[in-house]
Amino acid sequence: MANSEAVATPGVLLTADGTPLKVSLQKSLRRSKLRAMLLVLPPLLFLVFLFVLPIGNMLLRSIDDSLVNQVLPTTFKEFKAWDKTTDPPESLYAAFYTDITRTLEEDKLLVGKAGVRMNYDKPGWRSLIKISARKFKKVEGPPYKEAMIEIDKRWGEKEWWLSLGAMKDERTLGYFLNAVDKKYDFDKNIISVDENRKVYNLLWYRTLLVSFIVTIACLVLAYPVSYLLATLPMRFSNLLMICVLMPFWTSLLVRIVAWMIMLQQQGVVNDTLVGLGILDTENRLAMMYNFNGTVIVMTQILLPFMILPIYSVMKTIPPSFMRAAQNLGATPTLAFLRVYMPQTIPGVGAGCILVFIVAIGYYITPELVGGKDGRLIGNMVAYHMQRTLNWGLAAAMGTILLAAILILYWAYDKIVGVDNMKMG
Amino acid sequence: MALPVYTTLGQRIWHYSYLAFCTFVLFFLVAPLVAVIPLSFTSAPFLNFTPEMLSLDPEGFSTRWYKGLFGICDQDANLSTMCTDRWVVGTQNSFIIAIASTLLATFLGTLAALGLSSENMPFRRGIMALMISPLIVPLIITASGMFFFFAKVNLVASYAGIILAHTMLGIPFVVITVTSTLVGFDKSLTRSGASLGGSPAYCFYKIQMPLIAPGMISGALFAFITSFDEIVIILFIGGPEQHTLPRQMWSGIRQEISPTILAAATILVILSVLLLTTLELLRRRSERIRGITPH
Repeated sequence: MANSEAVATPGVLLTADGTPLKVSLQKSLRRSKLRAMLLVLPPLLFLVFLFVLPIGNMLLRSIDDSLVNQVLPTTFKEFKAWDKTTDPPESLYAAFYTDITRTLEEDKLLVGKAGVRMNYDKPGWRSLIKISARKFKKVEGPPYKEAMIEIDKRWGEKEWWLSLGAMKDERTLGYFLNAVDKKYDFDKNIISVDENRKVYNLLWYRTLLVSFIVTIACLVLAYPVSYLLATLPMRFSNLLMICVLMPFWTSLLVRIVAWMIMLQQQGVVNDTLVGLGILDTENRLAMMYNFNGTVIVMTQILLPFMILPIYSVMKTIPPSFMRAAQNLGATPTLAFLRVYMPQTIPGVGAGCILVFIVAIGYYITPELVGGKDGRLIGNMVAYHMQRTLNWGLAAAMGTILLAAILILYWAYDKIVGVDNMKMG
Repeated sequence: MALPVYTTLGQRIWHYSYLAFCTFVLFFLVAPLVAVIPLSFTSAPFLNFTPEMLSLDPEGFSTRWYKGLFGICDQDANLSTMCTDRWVVGTQNSFIIAIASTLLATFLGTLAALGLSSENMPFRRGIMALMISPLIVPLIITASGMFFFFAKVNLVASYAGIILAHTMLGIPFVVITVTSTLVGFDKSLTRSGASLGGSPAYCFYKIQMPLIAPGMISGALFAFITSFDEIVIILFIGGPEQHTLPRQMWSGIRQEISPTILAAATILVILSVLLLTTLELLRRRSERIRGITPH
């Protein structure tokens, strides 16, 4: 430090090469910041391009309704001009005819896809479009109204034309409404779907119920075991810890197969109960392929997620606290409730949120052991993705699910902090 | 946990019922997995314990399902299920995919953890939360999103697509485990290395790398097992070529459930015990070299 320049400007500390210390420090800070950012950049880009953007893109499908607009642009223009009280005018028929014939020339598949989409709003559209598209070739010029009614008499009914009102916008919240058993009527008012078509509200309710029951069951089972693990001497607790971690490390499908053996009608549990004379062989318990199956198997699968956070919190509580409380006159129960339990709350909170988050999005387990009344919303997303190809609805359900999970994840971050997460 | 002599009868009853409850929970966790093992040696094509097995009659046991698993065909006429090499093929594919995605995930995850553990990193918390999010977002949503994206870039039904997707799932584990080995890392170690003339790269390999190695390995093990066991993404974006072990088990469970699947399950249970032991040994090693003694 004591070189000639330092003497020249008193009060400013200089480094060995003569730059002021402040500048030099800032430079090195900037360099270390840059290095950290360069390290994080490749994995971050990887994650953004292969995870964040694809999921965001998928979620946008939930409000995208441009398909019908691509096929029927002029029809919708004419539709807006129509006053809806009179019968649909010839110009509307003509617009529809030109739209369909034009699209058939450009892209045949698009007509079929639009028909599928229109079918969501009013069942029957798909067949109507299909029949019409086939026979439109034979129509020779205007007037189109009579020609179309001849092809299919539904074209004469006003309600089919009115139903276009629910599809005319490029952006729609219709899929979100469908996901909670509501829909748009022809004037874009929100109404409930018919009683016998309601499925999703029940599924949302069941998903929440299952996640809730599983979380509570895990908590009840995990708390005492975590206490045992935390208070036993190291060599015993390590051995018991293997019991906790072994299922954690075993393949999910293996665990499901194992539970099938345990819980089926002729399974180990039923056989044992019958063998012990507790149960008649006719009254074997139905524990598989229903609601119970989903709950039992999910509880076992998620139990380690509850035990580990609670255990790691309990491990940090000195046993002397309990002894001190009892020394001061508290009964063991009171000491436990007033001294020990409040300190375990962070672990309990972390475990509960973690189990709930994982449970709410479960798909494989309910699919394999849930039967008909044990399916959750995740199964419905998969069903619409793979079977009905109603991707808008799948995306809407996915968006609602993801929003719920992100709120919980945010809460988890607030309570424990994601960087405090530990594994095994 | 011997009780002191002065405990009352009530306390004793409470204590023993507590222990019984804990035994029940641990039993609940492990029993199904243990039940699989003897049942995989059944000689009958059913998924329950036959009377011969319960009376320990050697006739009741056989290794035919293991032979089936390895594609060794018995000439035994009453073998009910078809002899297939799908299990072996599936295992090979699973290993290829899991190893490739583990290597990638370990590399990317370690980079992220190194950057994120520097306190000069801006938006540290947010980026950390993002890095861990593949673990939190339901697989069904991840798989759906990737399905559309991979369809656009022609990666559906390709090994590359599956490997990239599995890499994504593995990164959070590596980030978490490596970050936790970097907690309490003494910066003056690398500084003194540098002051003694080591280049940054040399200092990293000689000083930091051995310290974070246990975290990298345990993160890699998590990433490996996640990929090896992954089924949802395979179902969504895998083609018939990408026939993996979980996929074979999936079709086994859904279509022709036979004790072959129990033989496979037994092998996987044993594999998981081996992995668990490795991990435990690594953890102890990590604590020892970082100077943290187990409490």
